[in-house]
Amino acid sequence: MITDTDIAVIGAGPAGCNAALIAAEYDFSVVMLDEQASPGGQVWREKSPAILHAPETPESVAGESIRNAISQSNVSHLSGVRVWHIERSIDAFIIHYESAGVSISLNCRCLIIATGAREYVQPIPGWTLPGVVGMAGATSIFKQDLIPMGSKMVVSGTGPLAFFVAAEQQRLGGKVAAVLTSNTFLDWMKALPAMILRPGLLFRGLRWITALYVNRIPIYWGHTVTRVEGECSVSRVEFKKIGKDWSPQGEPSFIDCDCVSLGGGLISAFESFQLAGISLEHRRDLGGWIPKAEQDGRTNVGGCFVCGDGAGIRGSLAAQTHGKLAGLSAVVFLGAEINHPIDELRREHTRAASFGEAMSKLSIPRPGLSKLTTAQTVVCRCEGITRAEIEDEINLGAQSMTSVKSGVRAGMGPCGGKFCQTAITEFIAKAKSCPVSEIVPPTARPPLRPVSVNTLAGDFDYSDLPISKPSPL
Amino acid sequence: MGCASALQMAEGSMKSIVLDQGDLGQGASGVNAGTLSLQIKRVKLMPYAIRGHQEWESMGDAVGFRKTGGYTLAFTDHEAELLHERMSLKAEAGAPIEFVSNSVLTKAEPHLADRVVAASYCAEDGYANSSLTGQFYRARLKQQGVQHREGFKVLGIEACNDGYVIRSASTTVRARKLLLSTGAWLKSLAALMDVDLPLQARINTVSVTQRLPMLTRSVIGHATGLLTMKQKANGTLLIGGGWQGRGTPEQGRGQVDARSLRSNLALARHVLPAIENAQILRSWTGFEANVPDFYPLAGKLPGYEDVFILGCVRGGYTIGPYIGKLMGDYILERKTELPLFDPGRNFVEVLA
Repeated sequence: MITDTDIAVIGAGPAGCNAALIAAEYDFSVVMLDEQASPGGQVWREKSPAILHAPETPESVAGESIRNAISQSNVSHLSGVRVWHIERSIDAFIIHYESAGVSISLNCRCLIIATGAREYVQPIPGWTLPGVVGMAGATSIFKQDLIPMGSKMVVSGTGPLAFFVAAEQQRLGGKVAAVLTSNTFLDWMKALPAMILRPGLLFRGLRWITALYVNRIPIYWGHTVTRVEGECSVSRVEFKKIGKDWSPQGEPSFIDCDCVSLGGGLISAFESFQLAGISLEHRRDLGGWIPKAEQDGRTNVGGCFVCGDGAGIRGSLAAQTHGKLAGLSAVVFLGAEINHPIDELRREHTRAASFGEAMSKLSIPRPGLSKLTTAQTVVCRCEGITRAEIEDEINLGAQSMTSVKSGVRAGMGPCGGKFCQTAITEFIAKAKSCPVSEIVPPTARPPLRPVSVNTLAGDFDYSDLPISKPSPL
Repeated sequence: MGCASALQMAEGSMKSIVLDQGDLGQGASGVNAGTLSLQIKRVKLMPYAIRGHQEWESMGDAVGFRKTGGYTLAFTDHEAELLHERMSLKAEAGAPIEFVSNSVLTKAEPHLADRVVAASYCAEDGYANSSLTGQFYRARLKQQGVQHREGFKVLGIEACNDGYVIRSASTTVRARKLLLSTGAWLKSLAALMDVDLPLQARINTVSVTQRLPMLTRSVIGHATGLLTMKQKANGTLLIGGGWQGRGTPEQGRGQVDARSLRSNLALARHVLPAIENAQILRSWTGFEANVPDFYPLAGKLPGYEDVFILGCVRGGYTIGPYIGKLMGDYILERKTELPLFDPGRNFVEVLA
């Protein structure tokens, strides 16, 4: 078992893999830890080993290539492990991770955090019904199991992912009843200059949309699902046109379906950064709270670097060069001279990022969005807490994420607030009439994911307990 | 403690304002395990702790108060000896603590490990929901017309002709008198007044599990004081015991030390084996300040007539609402029901 390494990389998506690969070229020991069975992250998720053959997609090709590169490199890849805590000491980090029910620690001189993103879904009535899936969640299932979802899906969300989900659902043999996108045609035209610089990606997007038109699937621009209906599972959705600020308007329409894919863009999974002691900043254009970092991944914590979507949603293309830049920063931190063309990488990253940032812009929440969450909508899914309960607490004077959490338990369940925080931040900011950037996330508390007592406590002999002298009488 | 003092001052018609660098009740009260146990209180502080329990009981449901009774367990002969010695002194000091047989214990708490050598019981023990501290005091302050400002980090305190000017990044507040009751952050605040307090901060770890079937009804402790455990009505189990994390108050919140957590949970599992597969959802730390003699600071800040200080109470969550009231009385120049603790005392001498 490895207990010490020069560099630890958390996350094996495009950013983490590239960071690990480039750092390993400089003869440092590199350990890459990842939750998944194989490298690739969410975007290049590997298909299930039960599927012997499937047509290639750009994601599967890129994923295969990075998986080969990792397996041929000196990078030690720890797969199927979950990092649950990051401790800082004076000149090192201690990564605690779970592997097959056992907690293991890894000391590293240098840490690269590439934990990626999670998706944001605005809570709406019925969003907790079985049959509702996030758009990014749907793509994970598509990529891994190559099966469509439900017998008739409605897709409703922002950015390019809405079209990707619909196109993949169809390609895999499923039905799409309609695609609703909060974005208007005009929003997309504004993104055009950035897209033209990436004709390959632009063309791919157009192909998804063309496929939808060819199959006569209605696309409702500037519309959104406002309610999911059904007794025990989804039976239909209510949807409305939305205004410029995304407030729902006019009379509702309805579509029958048994599956709904909702998505409001990606947000950074920032808890690892908090545990590592990295300062956060709020950037609406990059997915909300992200670590404060330079383009090369440097942060306020010496020896700790960030890259990929977790450091700001810029997409997988940018994540690859961002990973390389962060990997090189780590190598420099450890005292090596680098022979890679840094300036060229920086330019490449800037170019790639401009495309990703244009896509992220399509998902920047607008003021009317939170109107979709009605008073009786469950916001904190773990604890079953509604918007009305949360707003009552805010009106009684709880004006921070921590005090709302303490007062009504929103965010105290198993997910630790990952699902509800973004929405609650907006509610508090609205009540205080202040920018969301003033509503800081609560203190991060380990474990990053729930871990069992047996795993955390390990083997133990009662006589080995380090019992200090009793407290003064 | 600051809130309790302010409420008492309001009762005596003294106008006050409560300033907090963060959220009300979140520095220590809101992040401790909420245990209310006379069995872990110091002998000399027992009268204060007993009155503290009465305060919590009167706050009732609003703070999630439950008087469940509590057991303290010993698993070795040495621990049993320790338990007898310590609990006898505490009982003498007025805590209704008794020793119970294994059969009584097993009947009351069938899920506990059967390796218990000795156990003590206190019917007065229980817990409150520490998360609700801020919510509770926020409402009480409002009700009593006491102003409060959250997110007010004091950057400077300057004397002026009739009192003090307290400065944050954006505003100033003037007051004739000051009470410093900032817990582990007392040292840096007193330093603004050129007083060096010999204050150290312990970094206590607390963890909470997912909701579990009911496994225990009482507050469970360990003879060494290294475990507190209680199951809330919602099924979650809170595990504490003063295992140490890392960090200092000046650096912000402390960090969880995985080794401490490991020992803490191992001890918890030893006592309540059924939790072995329970998922831990969160672990965190809270600062508990103390001075070398481990008695409270409650009185005038040395060298000042109109600056008061309250903290380092040792059992501050339990005793806080009561000693806060005493402090309010003291500032109102009323006679206090029990004596306070002069912050100007010689800590080293008292130790010896």
